[in-house]
Amino acid sequence: MLQPGTPVQVKLDWPETRGPCHIRTPHYLRGRMGVVERHLGDFPNPEDLAFARPAARLPLYHVRFDQPALWGEGYAGDAIVVELYESWLEAR
Amino acid sequence: MMELIEAESGRLLAAITKLLGEKGIVTEDELVSRQALTDAANPGQGARMVARAWLDADYRALMLRDGAAAAEAMGIPMRGLPPLGVLENDAETHHLVVCTLCSCYPRAVLGYPPFWFKSAAYRARAVRDPRGMLGEWGTIVPDSVKLRVVDSTADYRWMVLPLRPAGTEGWDEAQLAAIVRDGDMIGVTVPGV
Repeated sequence: MLQPGTPVQVKLDWPETRGPCHIRTPHYLRGRMGVVERHLGDFPNPEDLAFARPAARLPLYHVRFDQPALWGEGYAGDAIVVELYESWLEAR
Repeated sequence: MMELIEAESGRLLAAITKLLGEKGIVTEDELVSRQALTDAANPGQGARMVARAWLDADYRALMLRDGAAAAEAMGIPMRGLPPLGVLENDAETHHLVVCTLCSCYPRAVLGYPPFWFKSAAYRARAVRDPRGMLGEWGTIVPDSVKLRVVDSTADYRWMVLPLRPAGTEGWDEAQLAAIVRDGDMIGVTVPGV
């Protein structure tokens, strides 16, 4: 389990280039650094649910990203907070 | 596949409904009752929750801890629906809700989303240029206030508990609920009097 405050990197992965898939990780966050805010609970993996496959329950986290750093513009201190599954996160 | 895409939507719906029934997945009665709940949901329900939270500290604490439980406490049915998270605006923080992937929206407490919520323009600008976009709504977030854009991507639905505006001192719950609009509860606007 990732603890609040843990720096994480979203995997730089593009499963959509390999075939049909269902992804809940927005493209603008792939490969980006964020910080775990909190664990939101465990939920069946939607990437499997979407294809009616058996779906393991995965930890889901609220992860905070520095908004100006994502785009190279914006107001210092603004943030984007996103629900991400543990399978997409690597502790850094 | 082309035939499915081109199928007349009413016939497609009837065929799927019949199959769901034949396979014992969902009954006609369940569909009717769910549709009634969906149609009954409207921003007034979320507004009642906000108004009560402004007046009742215990309720506010419940709402921030477990939005679904707080909705149920107001008689809003949440069974079988995703968890509801509530984001509190305060003097230092303003929240804005978007779903960049699709159209996640706290329908149980706000009803159907406004037409623009699913537009590519809203979904892109809410994360790329949120202050600029809010400014076009007339929602000016002061430089001293941090903006938190909550991109609703997965298993939660999110609503905003806005700041109670000045000038509402002594108001009762119904008066307060009447000034809270759907946009206030996803952070594109703020309540005012």
